Amino acid sequence: MGVKRRAFLVGSAALMGGGLFAVYWGDNSARKRAVELTAKGKDGSFLGWMKIGEDDIVTVYSPHIDFGQGSQTALAQMLADELDADWSKVKVEHAPADPAFANSALGRGFISDMVGYPGVAAAMPASFISMMARSMNLQTTGGSSAVRFTGQHGMRVVGAAARAALVAEAADRLKVPATELTTLDSRVIHAKSNKSLRYGELAQAAAGRSLNSNAKLKDRKEFRYIGQGVQRLDIPAKVDGSAIYGIDFTLPDMRVATIMMAPVRDGKLTSVDPAPAMAVNGVEKVIKLDDAVVVIAKGYWQATKGLQALAPKFTDGGHGNLSTASIFAAQDKLNATGAKLTAPAGGKVLTGDYKAPFLHQAMMEPFALTAHHKDGRLDIWGGLQDPLAARMMAAESAGLDAGDVMFHPMIMGGGFGRRFPPYSQIIDQIAKIAMQVPYPVKLIWSREEELKHGAYRPQVAAGLQAGLGSNKRMTGWTSDYAQFDDAGAEATVPYTIPNFEARHHEYISNQVNAYWRSVNASQHGFFNESFVDELAHEAGEDPYQFRRNHLKAGSRQLLVLDTVAQRSGWGKPLPEGHALGIAMVESFGTIVAEVVEASVNEDGTPKIHKAWAVVDCGTTVNPLNAAAQIEGGIIMGLSAAIGEQINIDKGVVVESNFSDYPILKLADAPDVDVHFIESGAKMGGIGEPGLPPAAPALANALFALTGKRIRQLPILNQVKA
Amino acid sequence: MPIETTVNGKAVSINAEPDTPLLWALREDLGLTGTKFGCGIAACGACSVHVDGEITRSCSVPVSEVAGKSVTTIEGLSAPDGTLHKVQQAWIDAQVPQCGYCQSGQIMAAVALIKATGTPSAAQVDEAMTNICRCGTYPRIRKAILAATGQAATAVEGAA
Repeated sequence: MGVKRRAFLVGSAALMGGGLFAVYWGDNSARKRAVELTAKGKDGSFLGWMKIGEDDIVTVYSPHIDFGQGSQTALAQMLADELDADWSKVKVEHAPADPAFANSALGRGFISDMVGYPGVAAAMPASFISMMARSMNLQTTGGSSAVRFTGQHGMRVVGAAARAALVAEAADRLKVPATELTTLDSRVIHAKSNKSLRYGELAQAAAGRSLNSNAKLKDRKEFRYIGQGVQRLDIPAKVDGSAIYGIDFTLPDMRVATIMMAPVRDGKLTSVDPAPAMAVNGVEKVIKLDDAVVVIAKGYWQATKGLQALAPKFTDGGHGNLSTASIFAAQDKLNATGAKLTAPAGGKVLTGDYKAPFLHQAMMEPFALTAHHKDGRLDIWGGLQDPLAARMMAAESAGLDAGDVMFHPMIMGGGFGRRFPPYSQIIDQIAKIAMQVPYPVKLIWSREEELKHGAYRPQVAAGLQAGLGSNKRMTGWTSDYAQFDDAGAEATVPYTIPNFEARHHEYISNQVNAYWRSVNASQHGFFNESFVDELAHEAGEDPYQFRRNHLKAGSRQLLVLDTVAQRSGWGKPLPEGHALGIAMVESFGTIVAEVVEASVNEDGTPKIHKAWAVVDCGTTVNPLNAAAQIEGGIIMGLSAAIGEQINIDKGVVVESNFSDYPILKLADAPDVDVHFIESGAKMGGIGEPGLPPAAPALANALFALTGKRIRQLPILNQVKA
Repeated sequence: MPIETTVNGKAVSINAEPDTPLLWALREDLGLTGTKFGCGIAACGACSVHVDGEITRSCSVPVSEVAGKSVTTIEGLSAPDGTLHKVQQAWIDAQVPQCGYCQSGQIMAAVALIKATGTPSAAQVDEAMTNICRCGTYPRIRKAILAATGQAATAVEGAA
């Protein structure tokens, strides 16, 4: 996999070499189309990124979807800041799923990161980058990338360019030099003459002027909205039931479908008698797909009853012997081929075999898409992490030209990596179903189908080795790990270790391996930060001090670690039976250290009392929402660590619903103290980096309490065994 | 035979088969999509509504059982003039929702809890708030419930 990754880097550098600094302006035809698709009447559309209406309303078109992360508000803050807009008149909408809105600023962010700073691709998982390369219909949300790439390279640049054009237009109309003009709250002001013009009356003409992609950006100290915890624009509609998610979308005469897929992945449908379903009141049609059967009815309940009446037969695709244990056994065998580490003079070598299970994203809104094929055109409504790629895939499945297919992006009830089009089977399914019926149809997956046919976080086994010198310092570290993709920088640690090597052993099963919030940083963060803790105890040092001894004086990492120790009262007396665990993981360009305070219940299960997180992502655009993302990341990390697992038996996924895939609930979720260090360093991500340190911080606290080292997740399997 | 019931204060007649879960009758027959489908087995609480004031997971109650009763959904919480219920307002002030999908159910559960207890203790909140939130908004849900019942400051730190 390492080879593939390098090939992409070289290819993209060559591709971008010529036009690196002009890329986000697009070519003339794309600009023209983006403007046509957004501007009406006297609106001024600035390249389709943003428009200003005659009524001064600023509409920002976000190339990133909303699945709860709140980045649309942050993106609008960034654009509005450079524009000097009146925040009360700013709105955000999804950018249309049209190639004219492909997110070149995101691409630019990736590339400039890589070209400008060799090794900074470290901030992105290799697997994610390769997917980007495959699906260059770039309208992707993922990789904690919206604010740091699209915001920095797109929103701010467009905001500044639009402001400059508005000023130039005002200068012409007022017949004064542009240098005498200032901007504030969506007005261009000429203080000398006490005159001002509203953006709304300048917008259409200003948008027609030449836009300067090098317009001066604000300095940190000039920010008005960046750095402010403004309220999220999407929240009011989420407390009164008015927000319309993909699953809520309705059309007149719409039917509802549900689906049963081959229980073993890669299995095929061999036969099904539709009669029992057709006998159910309200059922209208049974459709056979290659690997699934679909029932269409007047409503979801009738479709479900129809589906349950069927007895379809499927093949097992040759995977009927696959099990969780057989995958781990194959992975252990691969890891055992790694070279053995030799002990340093006077020191020793420690080893630890770690394992993490497949996990499901378990987003709250099950998969649902609505489609209507009429007069040769296919329209699809719903939420996916890349609307443009979804459109292209639907066109291929339906056998239509992309121009005859439109995908209408909607908000999502969570995603966490599940809704990337390349493994969202529902796109192909809805396209094929819609082509066979004359009416609009909504396909809803049951929770059971979702859990059993997910695109899982990869199951990983790792064999770790580290040398420990007589001076209590790590002298070397190797990680042999087996999974489908190269975890790249996510398999590394933030510490200074003389000889560090992470060795990927490619293991591919028939399961779809996907991106789960924080991609590979959650498994490897757990392995590495637990093993560092093992080394600290072996060295007879405090786990916080041991980590600190392997960090450079004056480094951002050291400040993050020291701050979390300080805020959590590390080393101070705790209530009887409580202990702290500490961990630090750097992912998506952001450094996060966490401390978890835990005790053990009578039945041996963990009880979490509190968590602390200290985060350095350079600059926070919206600290209020950034804190929410860190809180949520920690809780999701703890939930997974404690009880989540997807197991496979005879090729079939064992777990079926929230009854056997337990998500942490309120009573078990700790309050979280989140603190940001505004270092001003290059901006890192915020949606994912809070998650990885949670599991090892908890496992390390449990070791401090019980002396039992957790080397395999989930924890409940270990404490109950 | 249509099922006669009251939803959000209005008498309605629902033309659904008697075994249809209340959830789907609300969503598909009445177009009240604020009540969400999450699991279908009463495990997650995304479908929570009030039936005669009692918190109820509507995915697991046949619509026939609410005949003659009074159902309240998230759409029926605010006052007729549009003023939000104090719990909804607390949810905004504390910036609780992320994806928001579970929040209708969370709010319905919190309203029922507050109605039953007045000022719920931490233990009562733990016991009553069993709906799943995958985004991990639980700390803010706790804060919002305390704020809505006058037990804590309204807005969260850092709010502009």
